[in-house]
Amino acid sequence: MPQKRKAPTGIDAKLLIKDAAKLLPQPSRRLFLRGTLSVGSLAMLTGCDIVDGPTAENALRVISRFNDRVQALLFSESTLAPEYPESAITRPFPFNAYYSPDEAPDIDGESYRLEIGGLVDNKKAWTLAELGSMPRVSQITRLVCVEGWSAIGSWQGVRLSDFLKLIGADLRARYVWFQCAEGYSNTIDMPTALHPQTQLTLQFDRHTLPIAYGFPIKIRIPTKLGFKNPKYVTAMWVQNNDAGGYWENQGYNWFSGL
Amino acid sequence: MSIEAAPHSTDLRQPAAVAAVIHPRWVRVTHWINALAMFMMIGSGWQIYDASPLFDFLNFPPQLALGGWLAGALLWHFAAMWLLVVNGIVYVTLGFATGRFHRKLLPIKPRAVVRDFLAALRGRLSHDDLTVYNSVQRLLYAGVLLAGVVIVLSGLSIWKPVQFKYLTALFGGYDTARYVHFFAMAAIVAFLTIHVALAFIVPKSLRAIIFGR
Repeated sequence: MPQKRKAPTGIDAKLLIKDAAKLLPQPSRRLFLRGTLSVGSLAMLTGCDIVDGPTAENALRVISRFNDRVQALLFSESTLAPEYPESAITRPFPFNAYYSPDEAPDIDGESYRLEIGGLVDNKKAWTLAELGSMPRVSQITRLVCVEGWSAIGSWQGVRLSDFLKLIGADLRARYVWFQCAEGYSNTIDMPTALHPQTQLTLQFDRHTLPIAYGFPIKIRIPTKLGFKNPKYVTAMWVQNNDAGGYWENQGYNWFSGL
Repeated sequence: MSIEAAPHSTDLRQPAAVAAVIHPRWVRVTHWINALAMFMMIGSGWQIYDASPLFDFLNFPPQLALGGWLAGALLWHFAAMWLLVVNGIVYVTLGFATGRFHRKLLPIKPRAVVRDFLAALRGRLSHDDLTVYNSVQRLLYAGVLLAGVVIVLSGLSIWKPVQFKYLTALFGGYDTARYVHFFAMAAIVAFLTIHVALAFIVPKSLRAIIFGR
């Protein structure tokens, strides 16, 4: 059984720190319009108080919600993310989080349980062994970070739509919400959860998921930006209310589709 | 004497300017909406660039960037894109439909471009008739239109590399499309530098794009 963790192989320590540092939240993040005031030129827009931070921020967030709807319309469950040959895999594959790699959650695979909740018939919690015995799918796809860089990785696991059907999830529900061990969370739309490439991931490059990449479970969604691919997942809820997410709540676009 | 001369002088002073509309209203309106959209797209684009720079030697100073941090810049970028694209479609449609592009930008002959470019360097290019573009202007205005098309399409291919995967492939894949998007921005910024500098060197051209004549 693959529960015993392995040290992440082939990860460049310098790259880890560099990538982790980039996403560290800045104290100024809630005031993201402050920087624009110094440009001064924005004043010419006015008449109204668009230079007033909260007003502009609200207007921008309204447009961001509009963009969510546009992206949901563009999304197609039959449009697949491009897949690549083994030779295209980015090595070392970057670690990325808002904390450094040594702060990543160290979860005991033996006692781990994936909690299930919400609009689901069977709310039984799942062990890694049980998840590992399910039919496995594999993909080599590009992870695109909201920062702009991308990397090609190889992920193996259970097709999420198969798992949702198996546990009797209400597939007409609007959202699936994921809770992670370190306090991170994500909500995704049901059409994306049912996309054939959306994966409950147990392995990276055919080895047990290393800590850096989300042991014991990552949700791999090649049709969404990297931050909508939660790692260290401990609970999954099927529900009709949008529970938001760690970055989404701070102003990143909710849908973040590719 | 001046009292007697006054009624005549208004008729006689600038007969050509009164007759010729250099920029019709639709050009002026779309021009300034585009200027606003460009300001927001470039400023927020520089902030987004800084989150994962393509070149080690290039970072944009935060004072020049829009959005304050990555999420803010992305909100600006994906809001202003609607303004840029909708306004751009109106402008390009009218540009073709009214024949303005054809009339103003063609023909572009290499020999004439070289001649006008050398004349410009010597400060001997005439700006007496602003309704006719010289060959260097034609080349630059046609070029920046092309850069505008490239920046929108490469931007779409970065935004939606799965849903628009064939467009992304056309640009050589996701990573290459980022470089195309960057260089299209660089071309537009280079154009704007010359464009704005010349507008101040030839102030009546600035007046024309505001008041039409």
